Amino acid sequence: MNARKMASYIVLAVIVIAFVISVALKGFLVTIGAFLTLFIFSFLYKDNPYYKFAEHLFVGVSAAYWMCMGFWGTMVPNLFGKLYPPVVGPVLPALKDDPVQLHMVIPLVLGILLLMRLSSKAGWISRWALAFIVGTTAGLNLVRYLRSDFIQQINNTVFSLYVNNASGFDLGATLSNVIVFGGVICGLIYFFFSKEHKGAFGAGARTGITVLMITFGASFGYTVMARISLLVGRMQFLFGDWLGMIR
Amino acid sequence: MKHRLKLIMYLAVAVLFALSSPVFAQIEEIAADTLLEEVLVDPPPKPVVLSGKDLPNDNGHALGLKFEVPDGDVSAISGFEVYRAEYPDGEYVLRGKLPNDVFEYSDRGNRDEDELDYFPNNTDFFYKVVAVGTEGLTTMSDIAGPYRAKAQWLHLGKIPVLVAVLLFTAFTIYFIVAAKRGKDLYVRPIAGIQAVDEAIGRATEMGKPILYVLGLGAASDIATIASFTILSRVAKKVAEYQTKLIVPCYEAIVMTVAQEVVKAAYMEAGKPDHYDEDMVFFITNSQFAYVAGVNGIMVREQPATNFYLGVFHAESLILAETGASTGAIQISGTDQVAQIPFFVVACDYTLIGEELYAASAYLGKEPVLLGSLKAEDWAKAIVMVLLVIGAITSVLGWDVLIEMLRVKL
Repeated sequence: MNARKMASYIVLAVIVIAFVISVALKGFLVTIGAFLTLFIFSFLYKDNPYYKFAEHLFVGVSAAYWMCMGFWGTMVPNLFGKLYPPVVGPVLPALKDDPVQLHMVIPLVLGILLLMRLSSKAGWISRWALAFIVGTTAGLNLVRYLRSDFIQQINNTVFSLYVNNASGFDLGATLSNVIVFGGVICGLIYFFFSKEHKGAFGAGARTGITVLMITFGASFGYTVMARISLLVGRMQFLFGDWLGMIR
Repeated sequence: MKHRLKLIMYLAVAVLFALSSPVFAQIEEIAADTLLEEVLVDPPPKPVVLSGKDLPNDNGHALGLKFEVPDGDVSAISGFEVYRAEYPDGEYVLRGKLPNDVFEYSDRGNRDEDELDYFPNNTDFFYKVVAVGTEGLTTMSDIAGPYRAKAQWLHLGKIPVLVAVLLFTAFTIYFIVAAKRGKDLYVRPIAGIQAVDEAIGRATEMGKPILYVLGLGAASDIATIASFTILSRVAKKVAEYQTKLIVPCYEAIVMTVAQEVVKAAYMEAGKPDHYDEDMVFFITNSQFAYVAGVNGIMVREQPATNFYLGVFHAESLILAETGASTGAIQISGTDQVAQIPFFVVACDYTLIGEELYAASAYLGKEPVLLGSLKAEDWAKAIVMVLLVIGAITSVLGWDVLIEMLRVKL
């Protein structure tokens, strides 16, 4: 037995002993949560069997969970419950007296078409359902995006570049508006793909990407702060709920 | 002794009566005053219903009621109650309560006949407004009506959206037709896209696989659709170079589309036999479980090139950081503004927002995609012009443009 293998067995033994003690002192569920958290954190060192175990468990359990959720949360109430309500009576009594909605046959047919992929000969039929799903949603999104990202954006950027308040000229507000206005125009120039970024146009594009990077920097710091709170949550679980060091 | 006691008791009663009489008198006086005040309290002024109109820009099932109080004096009113009936002498049902400074009421109901609050269209309704006084007294308005709710075919408040859709559609059709007729539509080079071929070549030289992550978006998300086009190009190159491609998917429908895309690319490259359906596979629908799975693939398969193109959320940095630690060349792109900073710091090339859409057109060189990209550029040019005009008109104090662009929901 080489030293590496020996070390692995020692680590495994320590983990098993710690697990048993923890179960006895803190209970099974808290211990499982704590050990899985530590296994996932072990990835910070390098890929190892404990991380692999936690990863596979996480992936497997979540895939099964979402499959069950998809069936009981979507198919049962939205398909079976609408096509033939009495059939869902035993599990969802509130729906059993609902009227039959025959138009739900359309998603049923589309779903069956999607499953035709499993057939080697009729697999091409599934493309019809895919085309319908992708095309319809993309079309609906177009209108939504045009309203929120296009018209509303213009509306919010149309403001006076010369601001007066009750006491006269407001330098701060004027400067703020000029920066926002210039930043938006330069940002738009950067995202203009029909013209090469050269000369004055190129200068505008460079200013645009500078403004974008400043914005991203601020956004980065802000989001990292939010992520730190997730880490704090895990630490509170480990040191509070599990080890009892934080009260 | 007994008589004495009786006498003392009588005296005590007499003294008590004598002492209490002024108190009683005072109580009586207060009571009389209160009674007098109550008698003097006026009922609140009578509200007058001015109009009842169908609310515009909706599918009906709603009416707008306007009323007023003579002279606008609401000092004696604590609030209003609005009642509705189907006949003038029918049973009036309370529809809503308003504070004393609101003289408009939007009576909205449900369009579903089975619902308790069903509000039918094209049906006459009669209204009464009750002013509730500060002292509890109430005054009722005359019966107003009949009023009817109607559905409208066109939402006039969304005219700007209609104009934008028509304009954008016209541009798109024009440029697609122009591209199909062979007009050369220039698209400026994008650094991240120029690196695609280099990245695939590197993986081939190193004999390592290429990892392509489509993100967490649905198949109908614009970023995911753009990513499919880039995947097609990558898969075609991969097929030509006979490199291994790994596409782990978060969503079942995305996986199905990705399989179709990769299969078509292999056929286009003339290598249908090399296509393996397992190169595009589903992991899980859970965000962080998916990340754990992809991270595991990165450290075990050691891909030479990682693509992260599509919709990404909180997992962006975890993926990009793990990829960077494995030494892979990384090309990323998303339209999720909050995630771009993470990709910028951890990836070699990042397609920022719309560059992702442009990349798919640039790589695809298809008339439909190029035409759409040109249409977008024209739309941006219009935005810039509108912003400049808006800034000038705002300085002059004209709000015409803002009013024109306002979308009323």
